Amino acid sequence: MFDTALSVNDLVFLAKGAGVTILVTAISVVIGTVLGIIFGVIRTQIGPVLASPLTFVLDIFRSVPLLIQLVLSNAFIGMVLQIQISGFIVACMVLSLYTSAYCAEIVRGGIDAVPETTRRAARSLGMTWGQDMRFIVLPLATRVALPSWIGLALGVMKDSALVYVVQVTELLKSTQILITRLQEPLFLLIICGAFYFIISFPLARLGGYLEKRWSND
Amino acid sequence: MFDYTFQWGQAMARLPRMLEGAIVTIEIALLSMVLGIALAIMLTVLRLSGSRPLMAITTTWVEVARNTPALFQIYMAHFGIASFGIYLSPFMSILVGITFNNAGYLTENFRGALKAIPDTQGRAGRSLGMSQLQAFRYVVMPQMLRISFLPMTNQMVWAILMTSLGVTVGMNSDLYGVTQDLNALTFRTFELFAIAAVIFYLITKTITIGGRLIAARLFRY
Repeated sequence: MFDTALSVNDLVFLAKGAGVTILVTAISVVIGTVLGIIFGVIRTQIGPVLASPLTFVLDIFRSVPLLIQLVLSNAFIGMVLQIQISGFIVACMVLSLYTSAYCAEIVRGGIDAVPETTRRAARSLGMTWGQDMRFIVLPLATRVALPSWIGLALGVMKDSALVYVVQVTELLKSTQILITRLQEPLFLLIICGAFYFIISFPLARLGGYLEKRWSND
Repeated sequence: MFDYTFQWGQAMARLPRMLEGAIVTIEIALLSMVLGIALAIMLTVLRLSGSRPLMAITTTWVEVARNTPALFQIYMAHFGIASFGIYLSPFMSILVGITFNNAGYLTENFRGALKAIPDTQGRAGRSLGMSQLQAFRYVVMPQMLRISFLPMTNQMVWAILMTSLGVTVGMNSDLYGVTQDLNALTFRTFELFAIAAVIFYLITKTITIGGRLIAARLFRY
């Protein structure tokens, strides 16, 4: 009744694609989060006027399709600067910056959620700015920001499907290669969707759980 | 090192065609938003219906839309459905894909918005003699749409950005598709895509700023 030409080797091929997806996501989320925290802190601490150039640049990453960001960066590095680097690195660089733009926004939201008075109280107890940041703002802001940060990590995982434009064979591209060969689009796409689902569903649930657990109402 | 000469003139000469593409992009995004909101309202009603199989439809839709890439959903609309003998044109596939995605995310937004509306609102409607559906339609839904207005403008921005994925299913009349075609013609990759990026930026900025202005008017009271 049901017949498929899909072999174990093809499944391994898909799993490798999923591995690339996870790797690109992990690298970009780690670098992007570090950058995002730095950008977010800068944005909230130096005032809107001084931060406006940074705000503008980060805004671009959020308003231009990722596909264009990737093509543009690839063209810029390859054709304008004429540096030969692999598509994987370009993909990680662009996705990291993309992540950092969203992460900065989340961090800003988290820091803004800490009441001004709480921070002043900390300062009046003799804490330095660093201590205030580390012992007061960090724990309180994390509570607000972590659920959205998990959402962001999932978003980046899904958006990493676009890195095929810089010749990185991730999960969706592997699926497409198999579709071209086996001509069973629906079946292969369902398997591919299952892979994505397996990767993201546990994290999504964790996010939902934290949101419920940590919300004040 | 910098022996690359920028040819902005060549790229700028193609600007009118790109602007035509931008209009198609906006059309797709608007259509998908309108359909997405309608579907999301339906899914929300199903979720509130209290019947398990109907609620399962909403849950599945939302989870699939939120846990798989938009590109995957567009592939599904184009290549996946084709297995059933339904062949969608690139325009239809991208529209179906984005609408599916929008509906999923908007349903989730509506769920958040519903939390902010007191239960008593719906019950007050019921005690005025409205049916369950009427209470939802006339009392709860307007408030829900109002509360989720800003998330909706965000989703609209997402819809605009997602139209760029249409190129993967052979769409060549939207902004990204046009740029891709021009790139194949002229090889001014950097210049053309930089212009496309600027156009995308202007469109999304207009939407966010416009959204905020409308919101300021909507939330006067």
